[in-house]
Amino acid sequence: MNRRLKLFVPVAVFLAMAGFLLFGLTRDPNVVPSALVNRPLPEFRHPSLFPELGEYTNKDFAGEILLINIWGSWCPPCHVEHPFFITLSESDRDFTFVGVSYDYSMVEDREFLADKGNPFDYNLVDLDGSLRIDLGVTGAPETFLVDQQGTILYRHIGAIDASIWEEKFEPLLAAIR
Amino acid sequence: MIPELGNFALVLALSLSLLLSVLPMVGVYRRNELLMSLSRPLCAGIWVFMLLSFACLAWAFLHDDFSVAYVSRNSNTLLPAIYKFTGVWGGHEGSLLLWVLMVASWTYAVSLFSRGLPLDILARVLAVMGIISVSFLLFMLLTSNPFDRLLLNTPAEGSDLNPLLQDFGLIVHPPFLYMGYVGFSVAYAFAITALLTGKLDAAWARWTRPWTNLAWAFLTIGIALGSWWAYYELGWGGWWFWDPTENVAFMPWLVGTALIHSLAVTEKRGVFKSWTVLLAIAAFSLSLLGTFIIRSGLITSVHAFAVDPERGLVLLTILLIVIGVSLFLYALRAPVVKGTSSYTATSREVFLLINNILLVVSTAGILLGTLYPLLHEAINGEANMVSVGPPYFNTIFLPLMGILSVFLGVGSISRRKRTPVSYLKEMLVKVAVASVVLGVLVPLVVTREVNLPIFLAVSLAFWIVFGIVRDVLDKSANKASRLAGMKSLSLSYWGMQVAHLGFAVIILGICLTSHYSVERDVRLAPGESISIRNYEFIFEGATPQNGPNYQSQAGVVTVLKNGRDYLTLHPEKRTYYATGSVQTEADIDVGFFRDLFAALGDERGGGAWVVRIHLKPFVFWIWLGAFLMAGGGVGAILDKRYRARVNAHQAAASPAATNLAGQVS
Repeated sequence: MNRRLKLFVPVAVFLAMAGFLLFGLTRDPNVVPSALVNRPLPEFRHPSLFPELGEYTNKDFAGEILLINIWGSWCPPCHVEHPFFITLSESDRDFTFVGVSYDYSMVEDREFLADKGNPFDYNLVDLDGSLRIDLGVTGAPETFLVDQQGTILYRHIGAIDASIWEEKFEPLLAAIR
Repeated sequence: MIPELGNFALVLALSLSLLLSVLPMVGVYRRNELLMSLSRPLCAGIWVFMLLSFACLAWAFLHDDFSVAYVSRNSNTLLPAIYKFTGVWGGHEGSLLLWVLMVASWTYAVSLFSRGLPLDILARVLAVMGIISVSFLLFMLLTSNPFDRLLLNTPAEGSDLNPLLQDFGLIVHPPFLYMGYVGFSVAYAFAITALLTGKLDAAWARWTRPWTNLAWAFLTIGIALGSWWAYYELGWGGWWFWDPTENVAFMPWLVGTALIHSLAVTEKRGVFKSWTVLLAIAAFSLSLLGTFIIRSGLITSVHAFAVDPERGLVLLTILLIVIGVSLFLYALRAPVVKGTSSYTATSREVFLLINNILLVVSTAGILLGTLYPLLHEAINGEANMVSVGPPYFNTIFLPLMGILSVFLGVGSISRRKRTPVSYLKEMLVKVAVASVVLGVLVPLVVTREVNLPIFLAVSLAFWIVFGIVRDVLDKSANKASRLAGMKSLSLSYWGMQVAHLGFAVIILGICLTSHYSVERDVRLAPGESISIRNYEFIFEGATPQNGPNYQSQAGVVTVLKNGRDYLTLHPEKRTYYATGSVQTEADIDVGFFRDLFAALGDERGGGAWVVRIHLKPFVFWIWLGAFLMAGGGVGAILDKRYRARVNAHQAAASPAATNLAGQVS
């Protein structure tokens, strides 16, 4: 490359980034739904976080309403939403609550659940990250609501609290009951 | 009336800043000395009016003037006076005011302490800083005025300062951080001046270095204080989360670290000139990017301010102007400031280049990880608090820092221009052997565990420390006595070694505390206890107590060491009256070799609580190391040669003399 031209690389990189930031700023938050909504839950086969419990696949959850939470004990927002999940799991509910751990935090995750309580009916480890890739997970925590037919109804990025639950999840759950 | 005075002072500061950004530049191109020399009094004026404005806002806080919207959102009559004062920078508008006050202070300081600078250079530098003041004053007055009033519906009571921020850590954390952020604007202004004039010589680097080191030291302390605050105030016992807001402070620090090293070679050897200029622009640009990311509401976290896309747009415009224009200027003018000196593969120049590459690559990795989820967050609206995992950042960052430590040992011993390989061998073979042997033996003997990451980290820390000792011994050997030899070494040399020692201390702190910390969350009824290593923690129960603006559950945890009474910890869980928000106040016994940490979780009935107990060895060393680094950075600029104003002036007068001086020193 021309030496003079190379010197324009920093400004080009910056302008590209600025365009990206502008896009982030002006995008209407509610227009673009997750690409996965109304699609079937990807197929998976993953071991339990507790090795003695074997492994799980989609078939194990066929016909159930699923709430799938992707989490890790290293993630501060996961600590934040955990007390609400405990309350949620103790409430009267008709869905199956599935926790999916990141593969690099298994030991800490087990300790976390032992110390703070385990809100999940089933605990999976996303051993090679394949479920995260199939679900398009960008970080932790993320939570997916799946209906009896195995269709993803809603994807939530970030921690969940009582108000988000009431506003986003309750109406969807009421609709499929 | 007082708030209006504050507002008026802001407008006056803006007017003077406009003059400052225009008149001296006009003076430069018209060769009009009077216009150029106007820059100094204008700086003083801006500073005085910013200070006045800040004082007015502080007055409104201390007098509970809730007709000022910002005060009503961030204060409360029950708030203790000290937090009323610090509440001034507890929200977006007020912290922006502090930000601009600091720009004004740095500008004024440059105008005061750069008497040795040629007038045309000073005029350009101050004009560039004037442009920065104008941008941010406009931003404040148009979108985020801290003096906006609520005159028709004046609230009787304010809604309180975020309890997380009612803490000593907050009193000092933002000012230090902003001093660092904003301080890089001086290096930036010098860089732009170099591009404009096409003159970048040893004298330029010598003027720029003290300001850059100082800003870097402030930023170091600011980040360390933030980490310390997170450690004891957030109640998780963590001290670094790779949270986006931490990353945006860390990136300018990393680039700033590269900059102070590259400035050193530019001063001594006149090489990497255009690279140094680019780093100076990048350091300040990343500071601005951080300001943008946090204040536009693109990312929400513990530090986040109110979301407002309009503010985001205005800030993005400022970014485009300040960063875009300067990088464009760089692309056009960089060939003019090219370096000419030569160096060989084993010179200090090359090792410093490697240092720079490693630091810049780390920054790029962190930038990528920070911005990656941003788009998704923007799309998903209120979806907040997503983290890209620390595993990503650790995978990228830690190996690079390991390599950096290896080169640090070689680099700081190497000589400029060319280092004989035989000399490096003679100096370093013993150091390498000793650090690896001790790095394995010491942890093995103490813990009786084989732990490779620990062996590696301790070896690297010993490598740096022994390298420093070896170099000091070598450099002080040829004098009458060892003490005389050590005294003859320059302050900037000692500054460098202290800062590097700080780096080794941080490596030890981070690695040992990450691997040997014990963190337990247990349900304890009064009288029950838990043992960790040779400590036993007995939970005595929690009782309600009243604070000035909160009610608390005050827990008592008695600690026994080796079965004997040792100390008592008092963790609290506070509920603030005004907002009802609950805040965990951990109690920590800070020790040189270990911290004992207790925090209250949830009440579990029957007087039982979930109690969080941590034993964290060497965690104190993380902050100790940071303070050593900052101290070294400041020590280095106390060197005589930065105070020799007259010499600098004479040197600047003739370029030939400058080059000579650059090579001799």
